[in-house]
Amino acid sequence: MFYRENGQFKTSYQADLALFPVAQDRWALLALLAVAFVGVPLVGSDYFFRAVAVPFLILSLAAIGLNILVGYCGQISLGTGAFMAVGAYAAYNLQVRIEGMPLLLALLGGGLCATVFGVLFGIPSLRIRGLYLAVATLAAQFFTDWFTNRVKWVTNDSSSGSVSVGNLQILGFGIETPVQKYLLCLGFVAVFALLAKNLVRGAVGREWMAMRDMDVAAAVIGIRPVYAKLSAFAVSSFIVGVAGGLWGFVHLGSWEPAAFGIDRSFQLLFMVIIGGLGSIAGSFFGAAFIVLLPLLLNYVPHWLGLPLSTGTATHLEHMIFGALIVFFLIVEPHGLARLWSTARQKLRIWPFPH
Amino acid sequence: MQPRKIATIAAALAAGLSALATAPLAQAQAAGEQFVPLLVYRTGQFAPLGIPWADGKQDYLKLVNARDGGVNGVKLSFEECETAYDAAKGVECYERLKGKGGGASGFDTQSTGITFAVTDKAFVDKIPVETPGYGLSQSADGTVFEWNFPLLGTYWTAADVMLQDIAKKEKGSLKGKKIALVYHDSPYGKEPIPLLQKRAEADGFTLSTFPVTPPGVEQKSTWLQIRQQKPDYVLFWSAGVMTPAGIREAQASGYPREKIYGIWWAGSDHDVKDIGAGAKGYNAITIHNSAAKDKVHDDLKKFVYDKGQGTGVPAGVGTLAHTRGMMISMLQVEAIRAAQEKYGKGKVLTPEQVRWGFENLDLSADKLKALGFGEIMRPVKTSCQNHMGTDWARIVQWDGGKWNIQSDWYQADKTHIDPLVKEYAAKYAKDKNIKPRSCG
Repeated sequence: MFYRENGQFKTSYQADLALFPVAQDRWALLALLAVAFVGVPLVGSDYFFRAVAVPFLILSLAAIGLNILVGYCGQISLGTGAFMAVGAYAAYNLQVRIEGMPLLLALLGGGLCATVFGVLFGIPSLRIRGLYLAVATLAAQFFTDWFTNRVKWVTNDSSSGSVSVGNLQILGFGIETPVQKYLLCLGFVAVFALLAKNLVRGAVGREWMAMRDMDVAAAVIGIRPVYAKLSAFAVSSFIVGVAGGLWGFVHLGSWEPAAFGIDRSFQLLFMVIIGGLGSIAGSFFGAAFIVLLPLLLNYVPHWLGLPLSTGTATHLEHMIFGALIVFFLIVEPHGLARLWSTARQKLRIWPFPH
Repeated sequence: MQPRKIATIAAALAAGLSALATAPLAQAQAAGEQFVPLLVYRTGQFAPLGIPWADGKQDYLKLVNARDGGVNGVKLSFEECETAYDAAKGVECYERLKGKGGGASGFDTQSTGITFAVTDKAFVDKIPVETPGYGLSQSADGTVFEWNFPLLGTYWTAADVMLQDIAKKEKGSLKGKKIALVYHDSPYGKEPIPLLQKRAEADGFTLSTFPVTPPGVEQKSTWLQIRQQKPDYVLFWSAGVMTPAGIREAQASGYPREKIYGIWWAGSDHDVKDIGAGAKGYNAITIHNSAAKDKVHDDLKKFVYDKGQGTGVPAGVGTLAHTRGMMISMLQVEAIRAAQEKYGKGKVLTPEQVRWGFENLDLSADKLKALGFGEIMRPVKTSCQNHMGTDWARIVQWDGGKWNIQSDWYQADKTHIDPLVKEYAAKYAKDKNIKPRSCG
């Protein structure tokens, strides 16, 4: 009843090709952006920003990057933590070694270094697929673990291997309070989500999806595999690298190589799988699921009044997590995004059943 | 199809309900209680160390509530938060607990990595971070690190004491000797390296470092290299599952365990119990005298465990890690007590007031005896410049069945440590734009 396109006639090709053709979608998105940029800073608590909103935003950005690679181009990657690490350490080196380096340039520079790294480790994808490619990207993960631990200049010769970043500021505006950090991350996520959405709708995105669905047939009709696969690695690594820079600079402030370990790679892969492969909105759903579920599992025993030792709670969290991942893969392999789009389909003809 | 649809909707609802998780926890404690956050790791690669440590921390707080009725009548409330030794989780726990109950009295992060992440934030939030026996060694300098308290000893003092004990065995001189450091490849393991390098220069021994990739269960190649290089002594900076794995590899490669010195986190009962006689001769350093048993253990049994309120198993009381946990909680409680002397007895204190308490700890031998720690600790006094207090250590040795105290009391030789602390603290102050305060 409310979500129908009745009376919405497109009078130009531009209107027909719009990102959100249905007017209600556009209004809903504008409302969401208004709430995110204006509403949430007014009502959110410090804890909410620091421990929930900022990690959620940064991880959803990384999930968007990974979704481009895994969901749209079909190249399995277990090295996302490595790309985040490269982005973070490159941004750190740019900031520490160049006097007066602006924060935004440092983060984008970190992303570019991650791009180079990603393309390098994406070269095996031209010859191997599936599980074997996953193992090759795993090599990227372990290589980065070794690299950031052993090579001294990466951590600016820090004796402990830990690096930390000083006061962040953009054009004189300090980024110190949780609200400012939240708004910075929100800005990055909004811009990159728009870029990613447009990319996947364009020619490049279609090439990626063709490679994912049937790469031999795609090559036959003239899509160059080298270009498609390496561009997917490049774009994905750039976004993930920027996310890594944000994770280190804004969320942690001070980090060690273990912060970008194999667990982070798995976490991002689960986000993308549960959220929905091949969907930008799915990255957000997956990130929300993975960031919020442990918190929920922590609080439920309290709400129910059950005294649960923290160790047991963490073990339970791992078990329930694994069970939910298996459940989602069986019941809805296309993830939460498919559930959401099914709901929207049903809304279009609501209150009628068909 | 119907059950599947219902199940799918239920799962989606669960995912959606997670959004509600951001609501803050209801305050469990009544007003008028001093809140102590307990960051622990009962899971993960360090769990074998973390579980008795966490039990010890909680047990002592329960003891103070049961035996003394709190600190001058102010009961202690506490809440555990699981970090699994992960910096991001540690930061989340810190954010969640820092504002509870009038302000957290102090954070014992139990991890050097998490300390790095939390130190920057605690400086802004004005909450003390106590890191007894770990953390940044340079944070002993109170003029730069106003909110950090590496009480009782740091990794630099530990390394120094180990070298002193080795020097004693080598008739006073380390010249020409080969000393290897096998360490957990993380900020925790890398901490002693600057001090060891300086001592190697000064005393004329060769230092070789062997990093072990976390979690440290794979050490075959490391100990084969040690078998090739044949260092005279091995300093072992491990924790959790890495320790027994390392000792087993040492046994397999035939390296004499008497030549291995484990740091205090690598020298507790759970590390060597399963190996038993195979680890005979393995030395460990203890912070102060955490291997001893004293009146506090009896009190704990009487007031907490006999009433069924104990956190861990009764057999865990008296193990080194458990005692260390109790020592850390004791320091927290004494800081609260010292602060109450200044700011009002029987009052609930703010974190800044507790910080003053940490900075003005004066635990004399009589006080320690009254608290039941007379055998375990020597007198400790902190000041504005010296946030470490007085460091003491002893060497203990495993004889196959239990730990025996092997040496007398050691104190670290400050000739090398003090300049290093100053140098690193000044570097930190420069990097972070901190103006060192004057202690006058």
